[in-house]
Amino acid sequence: MSSSVATKPSAPPPKAAAPARTQRSVLSRVLARPEVGALAAAIAIFLFFYAVAEPFRTLPAFATVLYASSTIGIVAVGVALLMIGGEFDLSSGVAVATSALAAAMITYQFSLNMWVGVIFSLVVALAIGFVNGYLVMRTGIPSFLITLSTFFILQGLNLGITKLVTGTVATPNASALDGFDSARAIFASDIPLGFMTLKVTVLWWFFFVAVASWLLLRTRTGNWITAAGGNQASARAVGVPVPKVKIGLFMGVAFLAWFLGMHLLFNFSSVQSGLGVGNEFIYIIAAVVGGALLTGGYGSAVGSAFGAFIFGMTTQGIVFAGWDPNWFRTFLGVMLLLAVLVNLYVKNYAAQRK
Amino acid sequence: MTDTIAEHAAPDLKAGTPLVEMEGCGKSYGAIRALEGVNLTVNAGEVACVLGDNGAGKSTLIKIISGLHPHTEGTLRVDGKERHFSSPRESLDAGIATVYQDLAVVGLMEVWRNFFLGSEIRKGKYPMAPLDIKAMREIADAELQKMGIFVKDINQPIGTLSGGQRQCVAIARAVYFGARVLILDEPTAALGVKQSGVVLKYTAAARDAGLGVVFITHNPHHAYLVGDHFIILKLGRRVLDKKRSEVSLEELTTEMAGGQELAELSHELKR
Ligand SMILES: Nc1ncnc2c1ncn2[C@@H]1O[C@H](COP(=O)(O)OP(=O)(O)OP(=O)(O)O)[C@@H](O)[C@H]1O
Ligand SMILES: [Mg+2]
Repeated sequence: MSSSVATKPSAPPPKAAAPARTQRSVLSRVLARPEVGALAAAIAIFLFFYAVAEPFRTLPAFATVLYASSTIGIVAVGVALLMIGGEFDLSSGVAVATSALAAAMITYQFSLNMWVGVIFSLVVALAIGFVNGYLVMRTGIPSFLITLSTFFILQGLNLGITKLVTGTVATPNASALDGFDSARAIFASDIPLGFMTLKVTVLWWFFFVAVASWLLLRTRTGNWITAAGGNQASARAVGVPVPKVKIGLFMGVAFLAWFLGMHLLFNFSSVQSGLGVGNEFIYIIAAVVGGALLTGGYGSAVGSAFGAFIFGMTTQGIVFAGWDPNWFRTFLGVMLLLAVLVNLYVKNYAAQRK
Repeated sequence: MTDTIAEHAAPDLKAGTPLVEMEGCGKSYGAIRALEGVNLTVNAGEVACVLGDNGAGKSTLIKIISGLHPHTEGTLRVDGKERHFSSPRESLDAGIATVYQDLAVVGLMEVWRNFFLGSEIRKGKYPMAPLDIKAMREIADAELQKMGIFVKDINQPIGTLSGGQRQCVAIARAVYFGARVLILDEPTAALGVKQSGVVLKYTAAARDAGLGVVFITHNPHHAYLVGDHFIILKLGRRVLDKKRSEVSLEELTTEMAGGQELAELSHELKR
């Protein structure tokens, strides 16, 4: 074909003339991963509590830490993907409560099988996620504002409807309902390993993180998520279905919130209507500590797990060390600040010419 | 080096058949009327050059064809069928690839991911199917080398490339994915003499492979090197529409500069 191009003689140099490639070393590639800072912090914090708190050194204590981490990590991994996709969800904390309340009340009030409530609440949760995503994409209003509204709406509904239906601030005990035990086996069972007993949520957490990592790094959808968060206009221009991707991400967060809601319902049999408020920030912190940029387009699913693990170690470690748990919030704030500084450094580094 | 284009060109292209036809097309951004009453035909095997000052509506014109925003008046026909693209995906699926003026790349993503963004190669059709990362890296690398661009590492974020290198990636990508129509919005703006030459060669090769090309530029010399058909826009209206045989380079240059205005300018700048 090229023979028909009139100006061929001055064609660019052939392959052989290419300057030698500088293949980056494995180490420098690993150091460029978003979750490296969180991994280092997790190790440091683990060693710290291992040194100062004797009860922290036992395996059952480790199981407790993992359980606490999983209850944050399950939603945080969805929040991390959402943030990589360039959006926020402030309603994720209350959506946990909404799901659990919806499942408990519909089943109890209509004397249904527990599984009907489980499915019903899944539909409710996905609808919340869809509405969040749809409104953000349709109006172009920042997701911070849209989901802040959803947060207040859901918080009010949680309290109001629970009061209307049950007359109190909590749902009645659901443990006697049909299907409760089989649902509990899936969402809240204990797994005896001999040397320690693990909550099933820990396994679910690992599973969700693995799926999210695969999705993000190895699939087309992951490419689209990163692109939609990194530069929405560019992503659209090259044919990425940005609204679909982002609505999907909001629904993903809602799904994981539902999952945690189911765990809490089947673990404790009854749900407080004020549950979950404030946790949305902890999910966001876990994602940011794990390397997600607030501006989108960069981050990691595994990082959110390190973030959640740091959270779990600290909440439990403070207890094991016998300190005043009030310090926990201060610690969380310091962690967030450090993480943001590290991320800023990483972003500048990544944007540098090499 | 330009065989990529011939390999990827749709087999049914016949030189001279109209691929894109615009009739009385216009676009308003709210109260701003950026384009009105524009007719443009892009034939297979021809380069249509669109020239004009800043803000003349050139980018607005091609964004209608590439599906970034739909036209608000007139009709657009692609391959003879009336279309109203509501997303770039539809346009891409019709075999139209675009190099946007702002390049449409995602700075923090690797060069090869940017190259294949929106048209990824997968190892299966099922949801969650893995990407064929190895193939994509190799193809992106090879295509860039064909353009004479040697990036240090195909895995580096595209934001770490120079402006001209980024533009070359955007062009290589469009050339690779454009099967019927190639749209280039000021592709030589950031390029050195050598890479500009490469782009012009690619443009000519695309024409020879039977693609329809829309070439936007401020540079009448570049336009005249490859153009078969010239359109000059001014404030959203078409002020010149001539075939190559009907217009000389001087005429084109004068028209672009607004003839009279150029005379005045040369008077003003006289020392
Ligand atoms: N998204 C937008 N919203 C509002 N007005 C716009 C938008 N995009 C373009 N315009 C207006 O439309 C007109 C034409 O813009 P356009 O980008 O098509 O010009 P152009 O010919 O490509 O200019 P340049 O040579 O600088 O690239 C300008 O007056 C611009 O202000
Ligand atoms: Mg323009």
